[in-house]
Amino acid sequence: MKTNDLILQTTTKVVLFIIILFSFHIFFAGHYTPGGGFVGGLLTSGAIILLMLAFDMKTVSQILPVNYIYMAATGLLFAGGTAAGALFFNVPLLTHAFGHVDLPILGDTALHTATIFDLGVFLVVVGVTMTIIQTIGEDE
Amino acid sequence: MSLLHLAIISPFLLAIFIPILYKLFRNIHTGWFVLPLPILLFSYFLSFISITSTHKTITESVPWIPAIGVDFIAKVDGLGLLFALLITGIGSLVVLYSIYYLSKDKEKLNTFYVYLLLFMGAMLGVVLSDNLIVLYTFWEFTSFSSFLLIGYWYDREKSRYGAQKSMLITVLGGLSMLGGIILLYIMTGTFNISEIIAQAAGITENPLFIPALICILLGAFTKSAQFPFHIWLPDAMEAPTPVSAYLHSATMVKAGIYLVARMTPVFASEGLWVWLIAGFGIATLFWGSFNAVRQTDLKAILAFSTISQLGMIMSLLGLGAAALHFDDVKNSFYGAATLAAVFHLFNHATFKGSLFMVVGIVDHETGTRDIRKLGGLMNFMPITFTLAIIGTFSMAGLPPFNGFLSKEMFFTGMIRVLELDIFNFETWGMLFPVIAWIASVFTFIYSMVLVFKTFTGKYQPEKLEKKPHEAPMGMLISPIVLASLVIIIGFFPNILANSILSPALESILPNNNIDVHISFWHGFKPELFMTIGVIALGILLFLTLPKWKRVYDFFPKKLTLNRLYDNGLELIQRASNKLTKTYMNGSIRTYLVYIFAFFIFILATTIAVKNAFIFDTSNISSIGFYEVLLALAIVIGSISILFVNSRMTAIILLGAVGYTVSLFYVLFRAPDLALTQLVIETISVALFLLCFYHLPKKRNEERNRFKLTNAIISIGVGAIVTVIALSAHSNKVFDSISEYYVENTYTEAAGKNMVNVILVDFRGFDTLFEITVLTIAALGIFAMIKLRMGGKKKNENK
Repeated sequence: MKTNDLILQTTTKVVLFIIILFSFHIFFAGHYTPGGGFVGGLLTSGAIILLMLAFDMKTVSQILPVNYIYMAATGLLFAGGTAAGALFFNVPLLTHAFGHVDLPILGDTALHTATIFDLGVFLVVVGVTMTIIQTIGEDE
Repeated sequence: MSLLHLAIISPFLLAIFIPILYKLFRNIHTGWFVLPLPILLFSYFLSFISITSTHKTITESVPWIPAIGVDFIAKVDGLGLLFALLITGIGSLVVLYSIYYLSKDKEKLNTFYVYLLLFMGAMLGVVLSDNLIVLYTFWEFTSFSSFLLIGYWYDREKSRYGAQKSMLITVLGGLSMLGGIILLYIMTGTFNISEIIAQAAGITENPLFIPALICILLGAFTKSAQFPFHIWLPDAMEAPTPVSAYLHSATMVKAGIYLVARMTPVFASEGLWVWLIAGFGIATLFWGSFNAVRQTDLKAILAFSTISQLGMIMSLLGLGAAALHFDDVKNSFYGAATLAAVFHLFNHATFKGSLFMVVGIVDHETGTRDIRKLGGLMNFMPITFTLAIIGTFSMAGLPPFNGFLSKEMFFTGMIRVLELDIFNFETWGMLFPVIAWIASVFTFIYSMVLVFKTFTGKYQPEKLEKKPHEAPMGMLISPIVLASLVIIIGFFPNILANSILSPALESILPNNNIDVHISFWHGFKPELFMTIGVIALGILLFLTLPKWKRVYDFFPKKLTLNRLYDNGLELIQRASNKLTKTYMNGSIRTYLVYIFAFFIFILATTIAVKNAFIFDTSNISSIGFYEVLLALAIVIGSISILFVNSRMTAIILLGAVGYTVSLFYVLFRAPDLALTQLVIETISVALFLLCFYHLPKKRNEERNRFKLTNAIISIGVGAIVTVIALSAHSNKVFDSISEYYVENTYTEAAGKNMVNVILVDFRGFDTLFEITVLTIAALGIFAMIKLRMGGKKKNENK
């Protein structure tokens, strides 16, 4: 029996982008205001899960053909790479660098290697959550 | 990092590239890429002879774990160099031999050479490290690579059995040796062998001295296959023959001998050291040679022969250690045994190495190693036959080969025991020459069996798988080199005397004055008559072998050491299985009970013992309306979970509790926590819903029964956590670290959100490992579910 979830599906189509945008915002703003890679990653996974609830696993994996295990591995590589990168500058592991750069359009922007590390965290969180949910969900 | 260190780790470095080379150049036998390395290392180590022959040593140090005094100290002295030359020299020959022995089309050469290089590097590390922890690390690496090489043909059950057996026995000894090393460290405060030797005189009275001695010896005995631990070596013969020649006769099994020699200056003052080594050595010598005679597999004969020869070297080292108790004349008198040990160590590597290769050739060209099927191969393989004659005659102690010289010196050492008047040797010492002589007779017999049953007698083509013919030249080069060494050293033993033997002797017996001149003819001394007696009785017994062979049937088959090992292993396995089954019942609820019960127990005990419960209400803020409201919501939500019957309702209630907790965070102005908690709750509810699908259907009549244990445990957990929270608030042992973060978040890390800065910067190491753990968990779940289904699904699809 196919249930009628028109309202959920319609809402999802709009809300999804809001959540994802919000999660990106929270991720980037994390260094100065509440947020960060961990929450951002969780929010993005939440958005994808909503998509899965509104439609179904197969449709979602067609829309987003992402291998989440690779995603988690990439995240680890980012985080570990940033941590180890410090060694090449002859400073202890995990030493971060930062500075202010004048970018076009964005203006004076603080750039921070911690963001790359946080991006790693973000990817790992999304990758891990979605791997777990996808494997359990697809299992029959 | 010096060139010496690089030499030690170079095999490991090459091992990394072997799989790549194997993939890229499938048409070239991978062995050709490996071969240059041992040759290069051999010539490199040869250059050290000029240094060590003047009794100097070279020490290079690289810090490894300086905090606990563990540095990678590479030290080349006489003893280390002798072994290094054996490892690289025999290593080169074995690699060359393996190129012809292992077919490049059928075998997985990449793994073979990776394991072999691992071993080579590890073994070099063992003999050239001056630090005991580094030595131990390399030591276990040799056990490990030996395990891999014995199990190289892992589809054979016997290989797996042999690999496991060798691993269990040698690692048992290795761990005991680690214990001995730690005891030595406690006594001397250093892991460096040279420093321990310098302090040796001061620790003999220490109560830990004897335990350390026994622990170290256990390591040496298991590794060198001394009775009663010898049982792993015959089963290790399942390895490819080049491996047997290399690891299980020429080098790895001599690591125990190396350790004993190395530690002699530390322990020799103790009579127990002399007795244990000499006693176990001579017992092994006899038992090995006695059992070798009844074997029918050529490699088994060689395995028992190796055991017996190792015992012989061991007993010589033990007796030679007594020399450290004397000065001047008597020192050299008893120290001659040590010289014999070092000399025989070298000789054994040459003749036994060549014999293994000869047996490998016979196996390769006829398809069998069973002496009952072999015979009359002399006409088909004249070169191999000659090599076998040289090897076995040297092993039996016949002139003019090098084995004769060291056998004579062995007899000399044994006879001199009669005059030893310390450690009660005057009473039991006479047994040594007697057992040594009997064992030598058996050595003579199995040597003759090995060569004559294979190469002379009746040729039985119907029992052979292949038509025998002479081996290709490449396969013969290595044994020819070794056999020529047997002869050259037999005639000119003194080319080794000052260059290799004397420096090695110096490492075992410091400040000795032993005359290392080796001569062929000693005059009509007892040694000569002993040798003549061995030959005479040996020939007689060899000819009458079928008549007295029934002697071996008197030994009950049920009482062998192998039986003991097999049954013991099975017993341990069954017992631990039984024990595990008593508490691991497969139900996750039971496990949670264990975990939480332990949690309560450990925390409650700690609080009680430390008297840590303090309740102080002086420093709390006022409780407002919202707090009470939220707390009530949490309590009501939690309690109602207990009374709902539907899982769905329970999950939603649990979610509600979680959301309320996050409202608490909002109230206490922790937006980061609130946000995280909210999203986590959302996602875990979704996850729960997914997992429902897999839970067994709940029947309607099945009510949630009240379980007393669960009730006690859940109340206990709640109470403990409450108590800890209250005490933590009331009792501030040290200042909160938060001030540090408040001050430094912007100045040091250029961030304004403290929580995030802590996560990515101040405590970034934690985060890095947390996400690693998360990924591992995800991979675990993925593997568990996908692999479990994988098999079924594939079948269905087909």
